[in-house]
Amino acid sequence: MSIDMAQFHQVFFEESFEGLDIMESGLLNMDPGTVDDEEINSIFRAAHSIKGGSGTFGFNDISSFTHIMETLLDEMRDGRRPVTPEAVDVLLRSVDVLRDMLAATSDDGEVDEERVQEQKAELEQILNGKSGEVATDVAAADATAQPVEGAEIKPIGWHIVFRPLPHMLRTGNDPLRIIRELAELGDLKSEGDISALPALSSYEPEDSYLSWDLHLHGDVEKQAIDDIFDWVEDDCELIIMPILPEGEPEVATVSATAAPAASEPEAPVVQAAPPPVERRSKKDRRSSKDRRTNNRRQSGGSSGGGSIRVEISKIDALINMVGELVITQSMLSMLGEDFEMDRLERLNDGLAQLERHTRELQESVMQVRMLPISFTFSRFPRLVHDLSSKLGKKIELKMTGENTEVDKTVIEKIGDPLVHLVRNSLDHGIEMPEERLAAGKPETGTINLSASHKGGNIVIEIRDDGQGLNRDKIEEKAIEKEIIDEDHNLTDQQIYELIFAAGFSTADVVSDVSGRGVGMDVVRRNINELGGNIEIESDPGKGSAIIIRLPLTLAILDGQTVTVADETYIVPLVSIIESIQVKADQINRVAGKGETFKLRDEFLPILRLHKLFGIENPNASSLEEGLLVVVEGDGRHCGLFVDDLLGQQQVVIKSLEANYQRVDGISGATILGDGSVALILDIPGLLRLASETGADSAAKQTA
Amino acid sequence: MNEPQAKIEAALESQGDEYLTFRLGEEDYGVDILRVQEIRGWEAATRIPNSPEYVKGVVNMRGSIVPIFDMRQRLGMEVRPYNKNTVVIVLRVKNDRGERNMGVVVDEVSDVLSTQRDRIRNTPEFGGGIATDYISGLADADDKMIMLLDVDKLLNQGQQTESENEDAA
Repeated sequence: MSIDMAQFHQVFFEESFEGLDIMESGLLNMDPGTVDDEEINSIFRAAHSIKGGSGTFGFNDISSFTHIMETLLDEMRDGRRPVTPEAVDVLLRSVDVLRDMLAATSDDGEVDEERVQEQKAELEQILNGKSGEVATDVAAADATAQPVEGAEIKPIGWHIVFRPLPHMLRTGNDPLRIIRELAELGDLKSEGDISALPALSSYEPEDSYLSWDLHLHGDVEKQAIDDIFDWVEDDCELIIMPILPEGEPEVATVSATAAPAASEPEAPVVQAAPPPVERRSKKDRRSSKDRRTNNRRQSGGSSGGGSIRVEISKIDALINMVGELVITQSMLSMLGEDFEMDRLERLNDGLAQLERHTRELQESVMQVRMLPISFTFSRFPRLVHDLSSKLGKKIELKMTGENTEVDKTVIEKIGDPLVHLVRNSLDHGIEMPEERLAAGKPETGTINLSASHKGGNIVIEIRDDGQGLNRDKIEEKAIEKEIIDEDHNLTDQQIYELIFAAGFSTADVVSDVSGRGVGMDVVRRNINELGGNIEIESDPGKGSAIIIRLPLTLAILDGQTVTVADETYIVPLVSIIESIQVKADQINRVAGKGETFKLRDEFLPILRLHKLFGIENPNASSLEEGLLVVVEGDGRHCGLFVDDLLGQQQVVIKSLEANYQRVDGISGATILGDGSVALILDIPGLLRLASETGADSAAKQTA
Repeated sequence: MNEPQAKIEAALESQGDEYLTFRLGEEDYGVDILRVQEIRGWEAATRIPNSPEYVKGVVNMRGSIVPIFDMRQRLGMEVRPYNKNTVVIVLRVKNDRGERNMGVVVDEVSDVLSTQRDRIRNTPEFGGGIATDYISGLADADDKMIMLLDVDKLLNQGQQTESENEDAA
């Protein structure tokens, strides 16, 4: 039987790229000096899977390259090699090379052979060259350990207690294979334990009940045994004990290979009865670990090019809806077989149902594309942690709105610009601790990263409480770079915007964090490509903020339906502060024209939607008859005057631009329950529109 | 006078030989049938605020939002109330950004015209006042003359024609 392996290639590549992401994030999370078992295990496993997969599919270059990485990781995992920043860096670079190799293989592209060889050499150099140092370390550790232990003791074999958990067979692992492999290592005596076997009546054929007591004699490295159990260690209880010559008590010694693994090998503590046995199965640990790996996997999926990971619940909803659709369809076709006029009502019902189901189906399919922005945000804690220690700054990162759902394309494209902006905040924004204290600010700077649906947009804000932008420096630099003339008359805000000009950088010293001057213009271009815009706010000495607004081409929005005359509009719920009915005495006129009303201690301008939009014959012409929806946009508040409020509902945002063009004051459209189209108001746009038409001249005067 | 010639040749290349014809008052117009997505009866559209007079609004066409233009107003003809024969022809319009769907309101759809390429004539120069930019040619169908419309020029939101006017000016 021949199987076309090519059909699995795609899956392999996807999984491998995810594996690489796991490795990368794991490596970044590794604190040099201390080895977090779980962290390194997950990195190791990812490497192992890639190696295995590439071997299976015959991608031998990848397999052999990964093998070297794996060896290095393995030594780190066992504590035979210290985790140094250099080694982590080399591994990170290797991950990059491996990613390129995989990408090249999957696209039938060219692998940069030279780079691969270089990286290979670098890895091998670490493995061989530096192992000298490490070896002496180990030797030293041994040397200190030996006087306590007496002569060097090499185990003559291993006593392995192997108890598969009931579910092990279901994971596709066969205990017999493991035992056969063990037998190849040396002289194996095995005793099966059948005491757990239940009566035939309660016997579950898929569970494993047997366990084994294995005695492996011979000159076998513990590593070799570990390798065999590598795949099943989470699915069994496993105890591996060295068998020592001359009948020495098994528990009283530490084997030479295990010595460096002990946390403080240089401290010659007499280990009275330490458990040198390594219990490798810890069910409680396993569950938490699995959850973590799962999370990682998911976040890894975000960068996958052509595929998307979808919550089961969303898929289930889809399947349900398709089921309904099929039922409706068969009902309709039965009805159509011998149709008579008296069944017209049923036909209408059926058609209405069909329409509803189809629409729901469409909406659910769109939902599938939506992912929480935490996919992008999750990388920042580490970035901030790394960079702040590198720069010698104290910085706290706060994130809000991670659950804001964003279209997948946005998630994919917003990552790099955001990284750039956060780096900028870290590097240029937040001051050194001493400076902060001198300026009377807390030593620890804060960076706020937030996402929200606001005014028909997705708004991502990066706000820091650093020194703000240095207006004079930007101005000086811009003149020096001939971006502006010396006798310009730009406002402060316009000067701040200059940082988005191409080839602009104000960093005194070009650091490797930021300051190469290729940054902000690229950031702005990326954001513009997504149809969004980027704004900058700065308060000298107090901090600065970058505000990114992205359109909601496919996003779902909570909306409030409002009516004016016979027209229906959707106001994004996030923009609404409250809705009130005003009394005549609350209303003031400014200069006889602009209407304002007093809400608590604030005078708010009133925008009459029907005037703004040229709607004829509104039902409510005087302010007491209708309702004022107090809305917020771009930090400004106003009362939007409408006839009436209808319900609140979730709406799928459809683009007006796809077939038409952008409309001022409108962020998009949606399809209502009856199939008609309603426009979604863009509150900040509406406020701008109002200022342009002078309708809220009152607002300016009161402000 | 190579320009109209070139125009016709371009029209011949880009357009098929069949045209959907429709009426506006006493006049017959045709559009390339391959551009027609859908013909639907007139139904109320959602008005777009502050849009040009000829934009009737947007409707839901199988989940996408399609703008509807009044052909009479677009061509500067007198407005006539809609009746039961009023139909909307949804057309696929190309521009440099891709393709868009737009609907045009016409008095009634008449026929599908199959015509030989050699029966399409140049648009004569009418002189000032009459916009001939949108008309790619005149088809001679027995006793009638059918004006063949270049939907791309007609419906690309005036942007293209505006810029052309600027060029001309």
